[in-house]
Amino acid sequence: MSADLHLTDEQIEVILSDLIEHYGYDFTNYSAASLKRRIQRLLTLDKVVSFAEFRHRIQHDAEYFKRFVEQITVNVTEMFRDAHFYRTLREEVIPELATRPLIRIWHAGCSTGEEVYSMAILLQEANLLQKSLLYATDINPAVLEKVRLGMFPMSQMKQYSENYIHSGGRHDFSKYYIAQYDTAKFDESFKSRIILATHNLVSDNSFNEFQLILCRNVMIYFDKALQDRALELFDNSLEKLGFLALGSKETLKFSSVSARYKQLENKEKIWRKMS
Amino acid sequence: MQPDFKIVLIGGSAGSLSRVLRLLPHLTKKLNITVVLIFHRKEDEDSVLHDVLADKSGFAVKEVEDKDPIQRHHIYIAPADYHLLLEKDLTFSLDMSEKINFSRPSIDVTFESAADAFGKSVAGLLLSGANADGVTGLQLIQRRGGKIIVQDPRSAEVPYMPQQAIDKLTIDLMLTEFNTEEFLALITQ
Ligand SMILES: C[S@@+](CC[C@H](N)C(=O)[O-])C[C@H]1O[C@@H](n2cnc3c(N)ncnc32)[C@H](O)[C@@H]1O
Repeated sequence: MSADLHLTDEQIEVILSDLIEHYGYDFTNYSAASLKRRIQRLLTLDKVVSFAEFRHRIQHDAEYFKRFVEQITVNVTEMFRDAHFYRTLREEVIPELATRPLIRIWHAGCSTGEEVYSMAILLQEANLLQKSLLYATDINPAVLEKVRLGMFPMSQMKQYSENYIHSGGRHDFSKYYIAQYDTAKFDESFKSRIILATHNLVSDNSFNEFQLILCRNVMIYFDKALQDRALELFDNSLEKLGFLALGSKETLKFSSVSARYKQLENKEKIWRKMS
Repeated sequence: MQPDFKIVLIGGSAGSLSRVLRLLPHLTKKLNITVVLIFHRKEDEDSVLHDVLADKSGFAVKEVEDKDPIQRHHIYIAPADYHLLLEKDLTFSLDMSEKINFSRPSIDVTFESAADAFGKSVAGLLLSGANADGVTGLQLIQRRGGKIIVQDPRSAEVPYMPQQAIDKLTIDLMLTEFNTEEFLALITQ
């Protein structure tokens, strides 16, 4: 490993400003340590031998830039990850949404969609799916294609089924998908309620008003300033009395919007917009 | 930003909790340090771990949340199922990326990021465990001027992890049941 190329912080800054200049993507407010780790990992994967080579490729090869975005972002996700969180959605949040004529939900940084399909299952079980729209957005177009397919590895289904039961699910989880060799293809009825779009939380704006926004394990990759930008974007996109859900180790507490929000009593990472 | 205290990283897996518990009573506010624990474990053990540690030491115990500041006289615990990184602005950040050495949190990930951010202000201690996670991290800590210590494999419930470090690196100290003072002197040096 020690023979590998290691970039200095200054070299990373140069790459980041190239990305802004050539492609309009700004990663400068990402958490520095994990961004550096991801770049370092890419250098090793692609056996890059010199900074100059790497820089040249990023500047002049748009395909390689795509690869850069795909590899730098972390797409790890699960269905019904943190079962107690989904139990709270089921028991406390969804009943509040039930009276609306149309329910709009935004999954910001949805990755490959496991979270979106989990939500669709909850809505289905509450008989609300037909009047719901799930907006699934991500910076990385490659993951959105996977959301569209609605196919997840069969090898995960045992774990997901356990998560689902812990979240208060009462059905046989396997009724929601068809097993095709090593993939589980989720029901078409879910797909018709999901709207896909690329959306960059660094630079794009609010595009609709929602009753529930989920942005889980995305802002851990942002520094404080960028987190505040994203939170203001969510604030501008959320109805009064709407809900904002974050990842299990994230908080609204020290942010610029926190005064208007109240966390649910059970201390799950779900906040309600009070004013 | 360099901290005006030392950051002591302790990594372990199977069987290392008991060793930490024996160390805790020695951690008093006379020492100008803060402690970060990276333990391989299951998520449902989190609250237990927190309570057990809080009982035993004079430091505030906190399971890290994203962007928490790194402050003196704390025991920070890496949350289950996330990698924990230390940022140069003296905050923590979390990362959900792939497991490293079959582990998340991975000891290597935290050790390496701390070494990269804080150099000689860091000390790393590797305890009992069944895989090689932590060894590359110790190596980087040493290269960046920090001290590296491993638990005496003879007293470790699972000696593989500290033994790996001894085989591959020149460690600064082997922590036994009898040289705690020497250990404290080294990490605050
Ligand atoms: C770890 S995944 C989280 C997936 C899911 N929300 C969960 O908690 O399981 C992080 C996702 O955030 C996306 N992301 C990173 N930066 C982004 C940005 N600036 N705008 C939108 N999405 C972004 C990544 O592409 C990735 O799919």
